[in-house]
Amino acid sequence: MRVEQIAVFLENKSGRLAEITTILADNNINIRALSVADTADFGILRLIVDDVEKAQNILKGGGFTVGKTDVLAVEVADKTGGLATVLRSLHSAGINVEYMYAFVNKTGENAVLIFRFERMDEAIEVLLKDGFTLISGAQICAL
Amino acid sequence: MYWEQEKECLARPELLQLQLGRLKKTLRKVGATVPFYRNAFSKLKLDPGKVKSLDDLHRFPFTTKQDLRDNYPYGLFAIPLREVVRIHSSSGTTGMATVVGYSKNDIANWSDLVARVLCGAGVTADDMIQIAFGYGLFTGGFGLHYGAERLGASVIPISAGNTKRQIQIMQDFKTTALVCTPSYALKMADVMMDMGINPNGLSLRFGLFGAEPWSEAMRVEINERLGIRATDNYGLSEILGPGVAGECRECNGLHVNEDHFLIEIIDPDSLEHVAPGEVGELVITTLTKEAFPVIRYRTRDLTRLLPEPCPCGRTFVRVNRMMGRSDDMLIIKGVNVFPTQIESILFDVEGTEPHYRLIVERENNEDKLTVMVEVVESIFFDAMKKQRAFMEMIKKRMASELGIGVDVKLVEERTLDRFDGKGERVIDKREL
Repeated sequence: MRVEQIAVFLENKSGRLAEITTILADNNINIRALSVADTADFGILRLIVDDVEKAQNILKGGGFTVGKTDVLAVEVADKTGGLATVLRSLHSAGINVEYMYAFVNKTGENAVLIFRFERMDEAIEVLLKDGFTLISGAQICAL
Repeated sequence: MYWEQEKECLARPELLQLQLGRLKKTLRKVGATVPFYRNAFSKLKLDPGKVKSLDDLHRFPFTTKQDLRDNYPYGLFAIPLREVVRIHSSSGTTGMATVVGYSKNDIANWSDLVARVLCGAGVTADDMIQIAFGYGLFTGGFGLHYGAERLGASVIPISAGNTKRQIQIMQDFKTTALVCTPSYALKMADVMMDMGINPNGLSLRFGLFGAEPWSEAMRVEINERLGIRATDNYGLSEILGPGVAGECRECNGLHVNEDHFLIEIIDPDSLEHVAPGEVGELVITTLTKEAFPVIRYRTRDLTRLLPEPCPCGRTFVRVNRMMGRSDDMLIIKGVNVFPTQIESILFDVEGTEPHYRLIVERENNEDKLTVMVEVVESIFFDAMKKQRAFMEMIKKRMASELGIGVDVKLVEERTLDRFDGKGERVIDKREL
């Protein structure tokens, strides 16, 4: 159910994001989804890639600070209100979202929402109970 | 202007005689009552009873800050605790703090010695003295307070902080003498400008500054901007607090209260005396302290003797204003900070050898310490809220353990240069 995500610490210096994506590309690692959270001084880059182990090792070897976290990927129909229904379900169960980002898959029919919760197990339970579709890392890569 | 003219202007031969008598007494006392000194003396087969001249002191061992810490809290006290009337402590973490004690006589001497410093600067019983040093375990506030009271001046014990209020009170109460750190005096001048207060309209005439290194350029700036005469004074809690030495109106070096303190200037590496006038580390032996006498204390402060007689008539030798440190201690907003303190906090939160750098700057006449920390996996979070909470946690811990606020900046791994010497981890950009 869970999807592995890697996070990379970045100082706000020009060209850092380009460097990371170049390293990944040079090693044939495909980025499926990404988000950046930033402050004036630094940022946290989060990536879902097709080869987590390899990406982690390569970036560490390149001198980056890399962390690995579990997130959940929820697939919803790409139409108005898709995200809102998921958030309502979580809210009514009292589950807080630590952060989230989203992408639309190639066919444009479905959207994938990536969530990080503090209480992951409870979130899984609630989402499944309310009939949402959780997809795996392999499924994301196959999209 | 003298407070105790007969002492401050004592002829040198008589002064040396007085010092010898007091030195012998002090060495005998610590040898008999303080196990640390008794052991140190017996290891070197030194008999305080056989001391015949001031030069004999040079055979005795030095005392270091580490010795003070090793004997925390009361190990070096030379009198029973029931005769101790006051405790002070140097800044530092709980584990690194040093504790000093005062007897009734020590407090009385302290008051007189600070009164001498005030008098030397030109302050009299007619003055209104605003003491903007912190009151508490730090010796600055109470030391100046006692001296000012002893002198018979009027004291405003406002303590540190709240600059606007300081200025309001300075204006309303007609303060004539200001006691604080030199950088704080400049900050006050800045804030006065913001408040639209013209310093020339105040009653302020004197400024007595200490507790941090400063320069002649800063003195000129303070004098011009506040319209006062700024004088330097020196002390350290391990020895007494303020009152060890102070400038007279010549403003050309600090007279050491030599009837109470014996000073030496040594090369910090060879530990030998430097030639008179050469720069070296100041070493102090207390001659009258009862509760906490110290033998050959290595202050780590660098200075030089100014052996020429002073036109003011005092016979006490002068030392140059402190010119730096012979260790890596930083003085930030008057607070002593060792890089090792920061290192141990970082080690604690990271669980591994931290890579960090300290940047010290002076912004708007206020010291600012920034700790740059390389982010390793153990302190890296994927959620921004947690990463920021972590930074806040380090800031709070540093503020509570160091006693000053710091800024924390996270940087990528392997971006700070690697150094062998820990001193190089500090970049002090302050231009004094």
